Amino acid sequence: MDVRAQIASVFHLDKCIGCHTCSVVCKNLWTNREGAEHMWWNNVEARPGLGYPRRWEDQEKWSGGWEKDGDDGVKLKAGGRLGMLSRIFHNPALPTIDDYYEPWTYQYKDLFDAPLGDTSPTARPVSRLTGKPIDVKSGPNWDDDLAGSKEHAAKDPGLDALTATERAALLATERMTYFHLPRTCNHCANPACVAACPSGAIYKRGEDGLVVSNPEACRGWRLCVSSCPYKKVFFNHATGKSEKCIGCYPRIESGEAPACFASCVGRIRFQGVVLYDATRLAELASRPEHDLVAAARDLLLDPESPEVQAAARASGVSDAVIDAAKRSPTYSFVKRWNLALPLHPEFRTLPMVFYVPPLLPFVSEKEDGITRTADGLFATLESSRVPLKYIAALFSAGNEAEAAAPYRKLLAIRLWRRAETVGDVSRDEVARAFIAADLTQDDAAAIHELTTFSRLEDRVVLPPGTRAEALEEWDGAQGGIGFARAGA
Amino acid sequence: MSWVQDLVKPRARDWEELYRRRHQHDRVVRSTHGVNCTGGCSWNVHVKEGVVAFETQARDYPLLEGVPPYEPRGCQRGACFSSYLYSPLRVKYPYLRGALVDAWRAAKAKHPDPVDAWASMVGDPEIRRSWQKVRGKGGFRRASWDEALEIVAASTIHTVKTYGPDRVIGFSPIPAMSMLSFAGGSRYMQLLGGVNLSFYDWYCDLPNASPQVWGEQTDVAETADWFNSKYIVAMGSNPDVTRTPSAHFLHEARQDGTKLVVLSPDLSATSKHADWWIPAHAGQDGALWMAVNHVILREFHVDQPVPYFQQYLRRFSDAPFLVELEEKNGVFAAGRLLRAASLARSAKEENGDFKFAVWDRTADAPRIPLGSLGHRWQSKKGEWNLQMKDGIDGAEIDPALSLLDGHEDVKLVETIDFAGERRIARGVPVRYVDTDHGRVAVATIYDLLLAQFGVGRDLRGESPASYDDADAPFTPAWQEKFTGIDRADVIRLAREWAGTAARTEGKCSILIGAGVNHWYHADLTYRAGITALLLCGCVGKNGGGLNHYVGQEKLAPVAPWATLAGALDWARPPRFQNTPSFHYVHSDQWRYERTADESQLNPTADAAPFTHGHTIDHQIRAVRCGWLPFFPQFDRSSLEVVRDARAAGAKTNEEIVAWAVKQLVEGKLRFAVEDPDAEASWPRVWMIWRGNALSSSAKGHEYFLRHYLGTDDSSIAPETAKESVKEVVWRDPPKGKLDLVVDMNFRMDTSALFSDVVLPAATFYEKDDLNTTDLHTYIHPLQAAVQPCWESKSDWDSFEALAEKVSQLARVHLPDPILDLVAVPLQHDTPAEMAQRELADWKKGECAPVPGKTMPGLVVVERDYANIFQRFVSFGPAARASGVGAHGLSWPIEDVYDQMAKEGPSETWGGKRYPSVARAKDAANLILRLAPETNGEMAWRAFHAEEKKVGLPLADLAEHTRGVRTTFDDIGRQPRRLLTSPCWTGIINDGRPYAPYVLNVERLVPWRTLTGRQHLYLDHPGYLAYGEALPTYKPRPSPSVVQDLTVTPQDGKSIRLNFLTPHGKWNIHSTYGDLERMLTLSRGCHPLWMNDVDADSAGIADNDWVEAINDHGVVVTRACVSARIPRGLAFQYHAPERTVGVPRSPTRGGKRGGVHNSLFRVRLKPTLMLGGYGQISYAFNYWGPTGNNRDAFVLVRKLDGAPRW
Repeated sequence: MDVRAQIASVFHLDKCIGCHTCSVVCKNLWTNREGAEHMWWNNVEARPGLGYPRRWEDQEKWSGGWEKDGDDGVKLKAGGRLGMLSRIFHNPALPTIDDYYEPWTYQYKDLFDAPLGDTSPTARPVSRLTGKPIDVKSGPNWDDDLAGSKEHAAKDPGLDALTATERAALLATERMTYFHLPRTCNHCANPACVAACPSGAIYKRGEDGLVVSNPEACRGWRLCVSSCPYKKVFFNHATGKSEKCIGCYPRIESGEAPACFASCVGRIRFQGVVLYDATRLAELASRPEHDLVAAARDLLLDPESPEVQAAARASGVSDAVIDAAKRSPTYSFVKRWNLALPLHPEFRTLPMVFYVPPLLPFVSEKEDGITRTADGLFATLESSRVPLKYIAALFSAGNEAEAAAPYRKLLAIRLWRRAETVGDVSRDEVARAFIAADLTQDDAAAIHELTTFSRLEDRVVLPPGTRAEALEEWDGAQGGIGFARAGA
Repeated sequence: MSWVQDLVKPRARDWEELYRRRHQHDRVVRSTHGVNCTGGCSWNVHVKEGVVAFETQARDYPLLEGVPPYEPRGCQRGACFSSYLYSPLRVKYPYLRGALVDAWRAAKAKHPDPVDAWASMVGDPEIRRSWQKVRGKGGFRRASWDEALEIVAASTIHTVKTYGPDRVIGFSPIPAMSMLSFAGGSRYMQLLGGVNLSFYDWYCDLPNASPQVWGEQTDVAETADWFNSKYIVAMGSNPDVTRTPSAHFLHEARQDGTKLVVLSPDLSATSKHADWWIPAHAGQDGALWMAVNHVILREFHVDQPVPYFQQYLRRFSDAPFLVELEEKNGVFAAGRLLRAASLARSAKEENGDFKFAVWDRTADAPRIPLGSLGHRWQSKKGEWNLQMKDGIDGAEIDPALSLLDGHEDVKLVETIDFAGERRIARGVPVRYVDTDHGRVAVATIYDLLLAQFGVGRDLRGESPASYDDADAPFTPAWQEKFTGIDRADVIRLAREWAGTAARTEGKCSILIGAGVNHWYHADLTYRAGITALLLCGCVGKNGGGLNHYVGQEKLAPVAPWATLAGALDWARPPRFQNTPSFHYVHSDQWRYERTADESQLNPTADAAPFTHGHTIDHQIRAVRCGWLPFFPQFDRSSLEVVRDARAAGAKTNEEIVAWAVKQLVEGKLRFAVEDPDAEASWPRVWMIWRGNALSSSAKGHEYFLRHYLGTDDSSIAPETAKESVKEVVWRDPPKGKLDLVVDMNFRMDTSALFSDVVLPAATFYEKDDLNTTDLHTYIHPLQAAVQPCWESKSDWDSFEALAEKVSQLARVHLPDPILDLVAVPLQHDTPAEMAQRELADWKKGECAPVPGKTMPGLVVVERDYANIFQRFVSFGPAARASGVGAHGLSWPIEDVYDQMAKEGPSETWGGKRYPSVARAKDAANLILRLAPETNGEMAWRAFHAEEKKVGLPLADLAEHTRGVRTTFDDIGRQPRRLLTSPCWTGIINDGRPYAPYVLNVERLVPWRTLTGRQHLYLDHPGYLAYGEALPTYKPRPSPSVVQDLTVTPQDGKSIRLNFLTPHGKWNIHSTYGDLERMLTLSRGCHPLWMNDVDADSAGIADNDWVEAINDHGVVVTRACVSARIPRGLAFQYHAPERTVGVPRSPTRGGKRGGVHNSLFRVRLKPTLMLGGYGQISYAFNYWGPTGNNRDAFVLVRKLDGAPRW
């Protein structure tokens, strides 16, 4: 075993209110500068929708991620490194600024400086790139709240799995589906961006598995941009380098949750360390599609297992990190509870962000102008607007049983809590729901506690910082913190 | 896969310092965002190299018990606030309108005295027009603070001298969020004798049903208490978007087994997060709730009564109180409450007209329970409580909810079906009572309620056969035609609601927002929902109640703050104006309204003369009778009235008042409201701070531009009032009433753009202030993370500087103290709320003119203009003498006052020493020291004072926290939880979440209403006449009635839509919505949302430029086409600015497109103008008509050609 520690996360979509506080805080901190205007390391998408950049999931177009290569191997979808290098100067799979959006601002100074005129002045939108007036036609969140539903939501690649009738139903009032999908870099266990970089500029940090890009080593080839199937590596047009989410390592190293986690006002974000066996990556990444959610679970090692602990120590993982792994909310969500799913596991990067899928209201019927809704206190999976096929296309490579499993748990827990707090749900009904969901009383209680009452220190359980060891390299480094080191 | 290598080696990772250095910062300062947004989120402002680099949410709120934590609070809008600080949108220096500067400098060259110079400018109509007509059209010039303040001070002194101080008006909204920034301006205005405009009612945030039912402006649960609710119905509310930092409690409650139901016409962000989305038609929630109540009454009160529900109604509502039935043409109608004064046994009771009777089952006779308004204001204290005891002999009362058992007769009582336009007679069981006006039939309110809702009990009269009777109000089948919701769903909702309440003893709640409160009949919708809460015992319970979060929000330390903000420490009463009346009258929106249509807006039960007439005439009567304030008061200066009175021989204040009354009666002195377009009645100088008074707060924006500012506008509406007004004087329409508009602002918004003087204001990260909200129970500060940037000043400091300038000029022009006569309406929480048992108009000879009884109170107040600055910075002696208080309760503070003066900071002048409030931080500490919510000793004293009035133990609630003290530095370190206080109604000791009216239910403190109970019934003669005594349903005014499209031609491919302005995702009102960040995350503008089928029919595609037009004005923006919007509606999320990316309008002469308010004209509801009667009495932001605007219609069409800029 080659045991590695990885910071991994869970986004609880049933709690996500789609506010974008995560995006704004991230933007303020990291990409609020020239060359990075179009970058949203963290973004939130309205689903169904096009996403950002537009239709990023369409790997027929972008050739991101991996594909199976024989029985127990994977290869980059864009081809081998040599093949990619041959396309460095002409890469059709590279998104253009229009696939993101042309960033703009407003000519605010006209409000102060406009001479006396025949009507009131207004600040016109101007391009951040050219400084010229711009006709705003797209943005990083253009289809939020189902804006332009007919033109945009209808073109969600995830809907391709549905029949035309099913697609139409999802956009009609009585069944209309809508939820939010926050996205950051997945800090994948099997990152395509790292594999694709000809310069070796992108790497996984040994201590926490965060995938970072070194601008000093970056030569601007942009193969990371095209090979990331989540389109979470960006090209800075001012510096000519690639940039991406850094997992807020300066905060993590100081014991502070990443900005998007700390600021999540819906309290949907959970983070912790997981342990995995790096020798199994190829095998797990190459599993058949219907088995990829199981593969993601199989990757995670049980931190309570003495063998795992011994192997981890042998691989250089400290006791303190193992201890953090034991308390990891991510491990609980993904493995212990089987409540969180990977986003597009079929990209085979083994993403380290997992999602609890969202509940939705009852479907309705409308006849002669009168709307009627299905009966029941709480919707079941079947009587709700949850489009299971679509959810499965997002989170389980089409495996509907895997997509349904978390829902049965969420619903069972609600029935149990209703029985406890109001009493208009019978104990029998709760017991049946627990059996159907394969849920134990202890797990239900633990899930309820964590998803309801948790404080940030419960939601984000960071591994201890390892900076002291890093500083050993430099004599007297403590006093030099913050000063630019020679060569740095 | 050998290339996926982890990298550990530090030397190879040296570059990682790059991001570490970006993240490092030098200082973290706690502040928040202090206007508009009521989230009350504590933020850490990160300062790096002297610059605010970024902000993150604080997470250190002390924990409550049994509910999820509050951390983190703060949303996407607040997270980008720091970009305002250094934005090119920032107002960095004072700016003056070019034409004004030219006129001023020319005048100053001729008149060295600034006041003389100003007089010369406004005295010349040509010159005055020169800056009015170019308002909003660019041409600003940078100026010095000194010059700008001199202009403002000179115009102010000139106005005070020439027209009277009540022609100087000030507007700033929602104090709770930065209470000192508000108070700085209001303190200045009130020392001057100027007028502060209200906001809560103007914004339609005031839920009039709250005063009607509870005698309370608004009181709601803190949002953590949502978690305690087991059934939540959100209506007109989109908390996922508009209550971002609190929405998690909803979804955590869902995880805990709570059912979330959303009533909303569109698939909103919250609808999709609900268990059950009920897409009831817009504005029809009231019909749905009426049917829910029908089912609750049928099944949970009549067929199988729930003992908890019945007991609750008996103790905590007016349901058991007796109403006299009045016969008219053989049919009976519910009339007035049966009063102690009418009964022989209690005829001699003090305040017997305001003590009310129930039927006591023990005595089998009417009895008068404690706790009524009469008990509250009687000389014997200690009987104002909710014990069911007889006020005469102290015997326990067992009140009958219904008189069905042992009834003497059944009377046919008329209810009105306003939608079906018919009258229905339904049987009600009665007893007979001998009164001073004969033998009368009486019924309980409960029995009348059952009749009203059509819940038959085999009594005489017409009652619906079943739930399926679609013609009978208010059955589940009946509501279908209004809501479009199946009857079965309504029945299910009622059963689940009442079933949950029965099992949990009232843990059902309604979460309600601006989506309901802006409709003309919003008060009826609210009362329909509140009725469902009362019928199931859900108010005064954790997890239960009406949670209305719209605007206002809670200024927790209200008692000392009100003293400071109203300058009550120097003189009282203040001049506080209800803004809807003010703008309706002064911006001349009344001129565009016609009588015939108004009765259709509000159909009446009783075609009495009382309900007739144009709204402006109702408004005039309301002022004359003392129901509502109105400023300017008189057709001449209030200073001049005193001068004239003295000249006529009046020596004492009483004689001055008597002289003024005589003048009024003889018609020699008139109320300004009677002749609002006369020059003498105009407001002259308008100070705006912390708000966007000319845009997002300007309903009827184009009328503001025309009549206030005198610049171009886009209204084409005809003036139609002339033929139907009776009392108001009709004149030619004035254009440009205001001499000077001053805006203190940190950003160049629409109000700043249209003002004459723009003063640079410090932002929320550049000043010290206090912040509280009703969304949580903490107090935390705004603090200066960096000093005010460029030449900006905090509002407190700006008004202080202005006060100094005014004092300087006053030493020449108004050197000596001078007497002012202030008119004050009959106020809630004072004995004046017992003034008018009957409707009587002194002007018509129906009663004698008695100030403070049948007409406004008149109070002589001394002004000291030369010492305005000294008074501003000194906490005055009247506070020491009168104590501080709120809601009719006050307690002594002499010792603390003296201690503060001694310890300092203090001010010494005129031989006296005062506690200083020269710096905002000093004022903050003064408030924290005197407020029961932050000082345990004050809470203890306040509860002792309350105990005396109530006659039951209460001070135990403050006993164990008596030693708590809080300073500004303390809350800079960590937010502090508030203390339980009798100024509010929750009990929040020991980590218990705040729920309103818990003090009433658990400690038997009465509600501040007529009966002391929650009112299902309003027996005011006006409500009886309008048919709104009991909860009812009135149809929405139709497009033909609201007259938005009388002259706007429907040419080309356009579509008529109901124009709604819900609260949006990328702005907090107009704040943040002009920032690049929020505009980037939306659509680069404030689009018009519409349904895809509607858009197709008008040939409009997504992102096309469109015009929305009606008689009042025009909006030019882009279409946002979505199937989640129902057909027939257009949304433009509140509130866009003209300042960002708005093209010109081809249909309205190429002028710049307007704001959402360009498409509105407000309509005031006359029932909300009544007063002088119990909880239906005026208080600032508590009572009065709202500026409702949701029943508006527009035509939407594709813009002709490319947009023109």
